[in-house]
Amino acid sequence: MANSHQLKRVDFIFRNENDWEKVLSNTIKKTPRDLINELISSELKGRGGAGFPTGLKWKLTSEAESDEKYVICNADEGEPGTFKDREILSRVPYKVFTAMAICGYITGAREGFIYLRGEYKFLKEELEKVIDEFDYYCREIKLDFKIKVFMGSGAYICGEETALMESMEGKRGEPRNKPPFPTQAGYQGKPTVINNVETLVHTFTIFKYGAKKFYDLGVQYSRGTKLFSVSGDTPKPGIYELELGMSLQDFVYEFGDGDTKAVQVGGASGFLVPRKKFKDAAIGFKGKLTGISLPTGGSMMLFNSSRSMFNVLDNYLEFFREESCGQCTPCRVGCQQLLLGIKAVKRGDKPAAYLDKLLRLTETMQYTAKCGLGQSVANSFSSIVENFREEMIY
Amino acid sequence: MSKKVNITINGYPVEIKAGETILEAAESEGIKIPTLCYHKDLCVAGNCRVCVVEVVGQKRLSAACATPCEDGMEILTNSLKVRNSRKQIIELLLAEHNADCTKCYRNGNCELQTLASEYKIMTQEFIELVPLKKFSIDMYSPSIMKDDSKCIRCQRCVRTCAELQGVNALTVAHKGDQMKITTFFEKAMRDVVCTNCGQCVNHCPTGALVEKNYIEEVWEAIANPNLHVIVQTAPAVRVGLGEELGMEPGESVTGKMVAALKRLGFDSVLDTDFTADLTIIEEGTELLTRLKKVLVDKDETVKLPMATSCSPGWIKYVEHMYPEYLKHLSTCKSPQQMFGALAKTYYAKARNLEPDKIVSVSIMPCTAKKYEAYRPEMHDSGYRDVDYVLTTRELAILIKQAGLDFKKLEPAKFDRLMGESTGAAVIFGATGGVMEAALRTAYEIVTGRDVPFENLDITPVRGIDGVREASVKIENPVEEWAFLDGVELKCAVAHGLINAKSVMDAVKSGEANYHFIEFMACPGGCLGGGGQPIPTNAEIRQKRAEAIYAEDRGLPIRKSHENPEIHKLYKDFLKEPLGEVSHHLLHTKYTKRERY
Repeated sequence: MANSHQLKRVDFIFRNENDWEKVLSNTIKKTPRDLINELISSELKGRGGAGFPTGLKWKLTSEAESDEKYVICNADEGEPGTFKDREILSRVPYKVFTAMAICGYITGAREGFIYLRGEYKFLKEELEKVIDEFDYYCREIKLDFKIKVFMGSGAYICGEETALMESMEGKRGEPRNKPPFPTQAGYQGKPTVINNVETLVHTFTIFKYGAKKFYDLGVQYSRGTKLFSVSGDTPKPGIYELELGMSLQDFVYEFGDGDTKAVQVGGASGFLVPRKKFKDAAIGFKGKLTGISLPTGGSMMLFNSSRSMFNVLDNYLEFFREESCGQCTPCRVGCQQLLLGIKAVKRGDKPAAYLDKLLRLTETMQYTAKCGLGQSVANSFSSIVENFREEMIY
Repeated sequence: MSKKVNITINGYPVEIKAGETILEAAESEGIKIPTLCYHKDLCVAGNCRVCVVEVVGQKRLSAACATPCEDGMEILTNSLKVRNSRKQIIELLLAEHNADCTKCYRNGNCELQTLASEYKIMTQEFIELVPLKKFSIDMYSPSIMKDDSKCIRCQRCVRTCAELQGVNALTVAHKGDQMKITTFFEKAMRDVVCTNCGQCVNHCPTGALVEKNYIEEVWEAIANPNLHVIVQTAPAVRVGLGEELGMEPGESVTGKMVAALKRLGFDSVLDTDFTADLTIIEEGTELLTRLKKVLVDKDETVKLPMATSCSPGWIKYVEHMYPEYLKHLSTCKSPQQMFGALAKTYYAKARNLEPDKIVSVSIMPCTAKKYEAYRPEMHDSGYRDVDYVLTTRELAILIKQAGLDFKKLEPAKFDRLMGESTGAAVIFGATGGVMEAALRTAYEIVTGRDVPFENLDITPVRGIDGVREASVKIENPVEEWAFLDGVELKCAVAHGLINAKSVMDAVKSGEANYHFIEFMACPGGCLGGGGQPIPTNAEIRQKRAEAIYAEDRGLPIRKSHENPEIHKLYKDFLKEPLGEVSHHLLHTKYTKRERY
């Protein structure tokens, strides 16, 4: 792929920058309009996986008319194979808070929330200490913005932005109908910016160093850097900040164990890329699987030849069957059917052709499920079944 | 909202109001988009996904119920992509549903079955999930049965219980494949804060929630030559029954219903309206007595406002939610239970029958009435006062089973004794009706004149607003009620328990200072009861209400205290309102209940 390039390690996110006070006070001297334009020109896209342009999201919220607005940092990091947000919050939480406060300044929100994954409860105390310091400084510079930590309770679906808001409102964490989108009617029905932890840190980088610095990294449509959570059959698992646009071939060259059979890009709701397609696959936004550009929340799971792809898929489906909120038919029943279906084919209770029925089912799920969870089950299912069909049957 | 937007539906240009959903736009164009989780009474959930349509240019399909139309949208409601997806969703629902249709109470009136039939789902390729899970049927409530194996998780019942009733007896629990509709701590419906109102039953698209039926018991009683089986019919039944038997909503079928009941073999076909009139005499007298005790005697043990007690769903709601207000409830039994108590005493004596040979059946628009009849305190005749309660729907089943061509039946008249009634009793079936009937009588008792409303139509208490208020100023009363001169009698009417809650909260906070409040558990009053034909929605409730008020206008006697059979009852048996016999047979007490 033309845009592909060698892996480039970068160090922005975890760089220890002890001037957040200055970044904050300098940034809010500029007009919201200028800041939004800066953010838009950086072409930053959401790092949770869906890739919505961050500048546009902030712009829409700033334009929405309301006395109350909110900023939410989505720290319900639950995608299997992702563990970067936890690291950000433990190492550079002040960058997240600074970004939230700037967002509040731009959009008119006076309250921000960190929606913290239930399993990350151990971070809460430390975060609140930093928030206290942060509050103190906000008062000092007379910036009317307060941050609170809201604990999630362990449901994967609550990472979906509207389910997250339902959960914050004390209701069952079920995704809402869209439209309206959170920028118009989010938490408590008020305009809300909700961003992934990493996205917020990138805005810190952009406001500190300027959009150009960010824009110059990465490739067309996929600007800047991204944190990758590397796991599986790799000699060096961990978190790496890399420029976007790299080819999967280069990635595997760097992180593989020499026997990499496939890489699951984007966690259970992402795509599995088999070895023969590594050189055609690039990591970034825009494009389709064939040709190939893979958006990702940053989860990279490597599998070597000792792994059964049936077991991998079985594991993902088991996960979805349990973590679907259960409200919409295609997701609730679809996930059960997919799981039972591949088992039945494996046992020989259903013919191999039943896999095609299941592939059509994933298409329906993709078209009709109410939220991203049900819609994206098709990604791993179809990419695994299509590339490793024989492993599903024999 | 007068702004218009232009869209196309299946290639045809359409101009619609801005803000309309795709579903509404299609409906106004005469295009039906199938739905399951959607119900006009409830907020939009968008979870069943059978209403998906294609918006040209978008990869994903949109739920028609939840998607507002935007200018320039090109909508396809029946493209191949839509059809294939929709069909697969129906297949998924069937795979999760205990589709043993021939053994289902809702066979023939099930929205999922209809959809499966429309889309000709002839095979089941997906793996059936019901045998893989453990389901048990909750059949412990005398009113409602819940069978989770038939549940399609549309959450209509949950929204009904929360939005219409504010009770939240039903809720969603667990997630993923375990997600289900259940109660607090997954207890039986009998053991939770459930008012038995049956609105969940009325809003359920499948057989997951149905009334506990007593059809076979009633047939057996009728067939037993040693038993004298009498039947009473509630006011709202006559304006709903026709819908179950092929007629349009809003047709009053009183005469045909009586004819049908006679042909079913009931020994005597009588009218709950008779005891509705009786309720007015007792309850009206109770209200005036309370006013006197409070205003003249300054008796602090007597409570105002007085609340009506005809609706057993409302009664159970108060017992759970506002137990400190039990003394505000009228002590009058509901018309059904007054009838039951009189049937095995007054009626038995007059007809020279042994009370234990009488089987008393009632036809009600209500499932809570089944629970009411089952209450231990409802045995004042020395026997169970009402033996079996059937809903309007169950009566229709009886009529169909008997092979009667309902539309062709010649109207017949109720039998006597206890079959005579007035327009005041008929309107009990509509929200505000009890209030109106009570005012017609109470005002006349106090002043000796008709209520100061044209044609006796007390229009301020009629209508569909959830809470309505009215006041009547009393002037020139007769001597006995002189203390009421100049008093403005303040009344309120609430229907649907969510509205009852707001009135009760206002009473509790001291914001509201009413004298008399009518509460009905169900939206629209009894005509929108949980036992009424399915579907019931605002439009249908409106038609039934019109039929009720038309019936009232057409009756020669429109005031309860002018019912000649009521005069006879007092003369021969009860002697006087609130007298000793009344106290024993027609009044009851209430029980404080826990909230969990």
